[in-house]
Amino acid sequence: MEEILSTLINGLSLGGIYAMIALGYTMVYGIAKMLNFAHGDVIMVGGYLIYVFMATNNPLLAILLACIGCVILGVCIEKIAYKPLRGASPLAVLITAIGVSYLLQSLAQIVFGSASKMVTVYEFGSVQLLGCTIQVSSLVTLAVTVAVMVALTMFVKYTRMGRAMIAVSEDKSAAQLMGINVDRIIMVTFAIGSALAALAGLFYLLKAPNVFNTMGAMPGIKAFTAAVIGGIGSIPGAMLGGILLGMVESVSYKITAIAPYTDAIEFTILIVILLVRPTGFLGKKRREKV
Amino acid sequence: MRLGKIKINHYINYLLIGVLTIVLGSITLAGGKFDNSLLFLLEKMGFNIILAVSLSLVVGFLGELSLGHAGFMCVGAYLGGKVAALLVPSLGNGLITFSIALLAGAAAAAICGVIIGIPALRLRGDYLAIVTLAFGEIVKSLFQNTSDESFGGTLGLETPRFDRNYLFIIAFVLVLITLAVVQNYIRSKHGRAVTAIRDNEIAARATGINVTKYKLLTFILSAAFAGVAGVLYSYSNYRVQSAKFGYNYSIEILVMVVLGGMGNINGSIIAAVLITWLNTWLPTKLTGDLAVLQNLLYALILIVIVIYNNAPGLKGFRDKYNFGALAKKLIMRKVDPSRINDDKAKWDVVPTKISMDEILSVDMKQQEVYTDRKRGGKD
Repeated sequence: MEEILSTLINGLSLGGIYAMIALGYTMVYGIAKMLNFAHGDVIMVGGYLIYVFMATNNPLLAILLACIGCVILGVCIEKIAYKPLRGASPLAVLITAIGVSYLLQSLAQIVFGSASKMVTVYEFGSVQLLGCTIQVSSLVTLAVTVAVMVALTMFVKYTRMGRAMIAVSEDKSAAQLMGINVDRIIMVTFAIGSALAALAGLFYLLKAPNVFNTMGAMPGIKAFTAAVIGGIGSIPGAMLGGILLGMVESVSYKITAIAPYTDAIEFTILIVILLVRPTGFLGKKRREKV
Repeated sequence: MRLGKIKINHYINYLLIGVLTIVLGSITLAGGKFDNSLLFLLEKMGFNIILAVSLSLVVGFLGELSLGHAGFMCVGAYLGGKVAALLVPSLGNGLITFSIALLAGAAAAAICGVIIGIPALRLRGDYLAIVTLAFGEIVKSLFQNTSDESFGGTLGLETPRFDRNYLFIIAFVLVLITLAVVQNYIRSKHGRAVTAIRDNEIAARATGINVTKYKLLTFILSAAFAGVAGVLYSYSNYRVQSAKFGYNYSIEILVMVVLGGMGNINGSIIAAVLITWLNTWLPTKLTGDLAVLQNLLYALILIVIVIYNNAPGLKGFRDKYNFGALAKKLIMRKVDPSRINDDKAKWDVVPTKISMDEILSVDMKQQEVYTDRKRGGKD
């Protein structure tokens, strides 16, 4: 019983991290209509920035500075690498995104070396609940992710900027004709996505206090899986997908027979979902027009 | 019968590789011996060319991104290596064993090509890229967790050793076969259909092209040749480890295709040779922490080349300083102008990059020629 409970809680906290990354993915994918392969690596940069700014000995300040750093990075990536390709074929954008991802990884290795760095942001300790130990950091992760999800939903629904985002995601050229500055909207989207990535980096560090240059690659791809499962472009969907994926991973790790195949299982779920229901659980169906 | 300069262009890559094979092969057969590291480099170039050309089929001609090409190679390497290891005691370590292993590896990879080709029918672009990536990771993870007796698990599968002195000849012959199949496929009716699907799937479907068939066929062909490259790899390396066939290797093949120019087979070959050489040469120069500069170089290649080739804002710049078109002009100038008016000759000059606009403009030019002639007749 205790084991089941701790597995579930572990899944929830893992799911919180995935959900946080997936939220960033889904925002950028929904509005810029591009798969930002570098998103996972922005998480890594966020982790390194927290490591650097922890020199101030003030976790909150370090997190804030890391968020600002990631926002600047995200906007720069968008301006330099993706904006020139707006209107080009999706294949070109995708390949550039892979290039950016690789670039960030190798730059990080040049700056910080290939050895991983230890960084302890804050010791939350643990509490006892129904006979099992729960890390407080997992609860913090979940709470912040839910809060961010609610805030994002409100932002998109009720602010001018958010409604402009919906307009851009539905039809870029029509939005432009209505007087929306599409470039600015996409820039803001990337800024939000990158800030979320920095937070995801923080949660990652709370769970496993090591920063290394490829730490964002796998979680990034898995979070994309989460975003697809929930329905890409849907904010609650990203949350749902993230939690589901976290649960699957946590349960699969617990069962010895299938534990080595955990990654394979997650990716198989992705392929099956894409084949059976490409719009995910909460995504809207889009018809292809000539 | 067109044996002019344009036609020779088609065969220049066979000719160059063929001559190279014959020269190096005859030196070896005459008893000469090359340095082992050079032989290894030549073998590597062989299977990397096959990989780049086969990936180019999907990325350059079908216009879909495959991030799991190393996965197909992995399947080929494991299956081919296993079959070879099983057959060596009974059939000896000769060409017969190699051929059977080759067929087995290619067939296994082709079956995986079908498995990935089916999602490819429903998905496009980003989603398909993620599916292929997922496929590569699944294959890697499955082979990693096999038992020691079957495929060797994390330690890898030991494969039979082949006489190193001759393996590169086989590799180059396989490159020639790959080129023959891929180029003829692209230049045939089927290849035109594939490029039509790339340019506009809905329009292609509307003109009666069987999209399902061609997409599947292209994926299967590409996967099968990746399997061939895998079998070569297993013979060249004596040990197949699934960790080597991860995402990074797939990206490396993609770098070759992008560097060579998407949809340009000769470019892919040159880029494959160049990158393979860089891969062996750079680590000797960049040691320790500098080794990462190699990845940085690949990342920059991907970003800069793709932006330069595709950015709508750089179109004016590209038209002004287009080296490819300049070279084409120089070649065209040598050709008898009457031949260029020939519609077929035009298809040969721009075999792959023809778009709807270009087809329309060619038609319009023909119409102009036609009306001019009519007018001339009246006068």
